[in-house]
Amino acid sequence: MIAVQNLNVRYGDTTVLHGVSLAVAQGESFALVGESGSGKSTILKALAGQVADWQGQMRLAGQDLQPGRKAHLARQVQMVFQDPYGSLHPRRSVDDTLAEPLAIHGIKGRDARVLAMLDAVGLPRRFRFRLPHQLSGGQRQRVAIARALMLEPPVLLLDEPTSALDVSVQAEIMNLLKGLREEKGLTFLLVTHDLPVVSFLCDRLAVLRAGRVEETAEVATLRAAGLQSAYGRELLERSGLV
Amino acid sequence: MTLLEVDNLRVTFPSDQGPVEVVRGLSFALGRERLGIVGESGSGKSMTGRAIMGLIGAPGQATADRMAFEGRDLRHLPEREMRKLRGARMSMVLQDPKFSLNPVIRIGDQIAEALEFHTRLSARARRARVLEALEAVRIDDPERVARLYPHEVSGGMGQRVMIAMMVVMEPALMIADEPTSALDVSVRGQVLDIMDDLVRRRGMGLLLISHDLNMVARWCDRILVMYRGQIVEELGAGALHEAQHPYTRGLLASLPRLNEDRATLPVLDRAALDGFMAGGDR
Repeated sequence: MIAVQNLNVRYGDTTVLHGVSLAVAQGESFALVGESGSGKSTILKALAGQVADWQGQMRLAGQDLQPGRKAHLARQVQMVFQDPYGSLHPRRSVDDTLAEPLAIHGIKGRDARVLAMLDAVGLPRRFRFRLPHQLSGGQRQRVAIARALMLEPPVLLLDEPTSALDVSVQAEIMNLLKGLREEKGLTFLLVTHDLPVVSFLCDRLAVLRAGRVEETAEVATLRAAGLQSAYGRELLERSGLV
Repeated sequence: MTLLEVDNLRVTFPSDQGPVEVVRGLSFALGRERLGIVGESGSGKSMTGRAIMGLIGAPGQATADRMAFEGRDLRHLPEREMRKLRGARMSMVLQDPKFSLNPVIRIGDQIAEALEFHTRLSARARRARVLEALEAVRIDDPERVARLYPHEVSGGMGQRVMIAMMVVMEPALMIADEPTSALDVSVRGQVLDIMDDLVRRRGMGLLLISHDLNMVARWCDRILVMYRGQIVEELGAGALHEAQHPYTRGLLASLPRLNEDRATLPVLDRAALDGFMAGGDR
């Protein structure tokens, strides 16, 4: 579903991705793990068409991607961001937020689709006309997930989707994501620094450091704390999990 | 020796629906040790830290039956006296160095500010103390770092600078409010190590406020778990898994583990919890 070959991204003179390659099968959930500056979010941005200039090959849902933004890409891939306080328009109701992608892409039956999506992400229908400040952090993240799913893309890019949330709410959002993936057969590419989240949500992971893939492993390897690369082991140790 | 004693601390804010109590009758004592306060957003943990520092501004109000720091009653201390304590005998480290450092003042000058305010040291002596403080937080080339502006250093370095700023006056009490949440995992360990070292070597008391149960459990001598403005449970170091209160147990259960094999994570049952709190002994 996602194939990245030898991807290079530069911002000015700084190279942030050095020949990154990875492949994610349809329906698979793949994690990118690393610290700030490792380039994990840049990979997501490049796939979402938000990086103007890159070299290499990227295929997504059977199409070759070209540098630059393409409207049709929005039907294939959507992104959920870390901070639900920053990613929703403060003056737009939940209904506006969810209906906008439908209006842009000229999709009919908005009313029914918005209601169905509220149900799917576990938001009571009475929240439909509320503004973001009237919602809790967990509810906002549900809205952000709902917005990402409005165009029914097969691929969801998740950038630290739970790390800005309270511990007890994190579990709710992780359960929701896991359920939606099973129900809709979605493919996930998830960025996180939290190894247990990978263990719960993902099938495979890549360890990134300074723009390079250090290691790709099955989640079973992670669960057994069996990462091979020096940096992978370091992450395990520093998370205090070994 | 007891450094800080708090008895029945309450913090209230007015609202349209009448006063809201965000800290509801908190009591604890702190010696020269590492005490952790854990809770989620809205549990009142940060307000507790601020109340001790005397930083609850109007219209908020902090009251207590007793609040003593090194034997002095803080409750009715005039602001002038409080200012002499703050930054000198008790200090606070905040979450994000990006927002707590002044972006247009060089790091060395920022650290020296406290010395200028609280002591009569000469400029030369101040400079020596600043470099010493930077060394104490394991900055290898303090001369260079002292000349930098905050945007020129990384997050981990920034947080070390914040801590240097706190320790330059060698306070007896340090309140750290989420000191590592804005940092990468690899840097977190370092920052915690440095604070640990300061507690041990200089005999400081540390109040560590965090939402991260596991981090606090690994790292503190005692833990207070807060929920809705109250302490629901006190736990000893390493005794996290003996937690009895349904809130603590619920939180622990909802955390994914490295060897996770549960299909869904248990979610905190807030209705049941509120029922327990209403019918419980508190």
